[in-house]
Amino acid sequence: MRFGIVTFPGSNGDHDALMAVRLGLGQPAELVWHTETDLSDYDCLIIPGGFSYGDYLRPGAIARFAPVMEAVAREAQAGKPILGICNGFQILTEAQLLPGALLRNASLEFVCDWVFVRVEQHRTPWTSRLVPGQLLRLPIAHGDGRYFVDERTLRDLERNGQVVFRYVDAEGRVTPEANPNGSVANIAGVCNERGNVVGLMPHPERAYDRLIGGDEGLQILASVLAVGWELVRGHRS
Amino acid sequence: MSDTIRWRAEVYVSLRPGVNDPQGLAVRDGLRRLGYDEVEDVRVGRFVQLWLSAPDAETAERRVAAMCEQLLANPVVEQYRFTVEPA
Repeated sequence: MRFGIVTFPGSNGDHDALMAVRLGLGQPAELVWHTETDLSDYDCLIIPGGFSYGDYLRPGAIARFAPVMEAVAREAQAGKPILGICNGFQILTEAQLLPGALLRNASLEFVCDWVFVRVEQHRTPWTSRLVPGQLLRLPIAHGDGRYFVDERTLRDLERNGQVVFRYVDAEGRVTPEANPNGSVANIAGVCNERGNVVGLMPHPERAYDRLIGGDEGLQILASVLAVGWELVRGHRS
Repeated sequence: MSDTIRWRAEVYVSLRPGVNDPQGLAVRDGLRRLGYDEVEDVRVGRFVQLWLSAPDAETAERRVAAMCEQLLANPVVEQYRFTVEPA
């Protein structure tokens, strides 16, 4: 599968994603500059972490209007698998391709740590190789990671199965202590209604090899391979 | 070409009521430490000034409202208000 990794001025997780896909998965991947307007060559897309446009105004607010985002919206509409990581998650919410918003961490501190997330939904192209209830140990690095939706939207997300990952402790329990940023309902990642667009604050691309501290993020990236070439091709027609 | 007037807009963006504002809480605690015990609550927002040209105040206000909806505020979590005056 051919991965496109969308790069904005200020992205800093783009090369991590590139290496994770090339070295961790052994799949072809290319960086795609934010001025690109055609993404039809790629089988799936990653919107990487970083500080697009310096996070001026709000994280993701300016990136949302980059030329490439029209193409991203088109591919999302067509059903292509899209993964937004950290700043990429923020961008996808600003673009309203994912519900909710990401606010300043409740602690007001930038958190850089390893956390456990529990897989809540495996019916997405990015979690299809995972099992609900499974724990993954992943790194986080963010200052604006507090996921927020109002109560009504939260009920909708829970009912529709759009909560994909939740912060938990090492035993898999949802506790306030396990929540690194004050996210509502310990939510670490969500998907759109259709399930093809997934966003999360932890960095799976920074956990693709034990040599760099962990390899459990690779299972998220590898899941998209299990979606199958045919299905992805089918989205194009 | 119609005559246009130069306007200055002042836009205030803040978190919606009910959205936890940890910045506001931190500032409130700081004020209390300084002895301002009367401070009950603080909410921190963003202030944006902008200058624009428009034929009349109504048009300027309509344009600024659209800018708020589209970029200056995130309607999911933020609210806004603004004033428009001749620059």
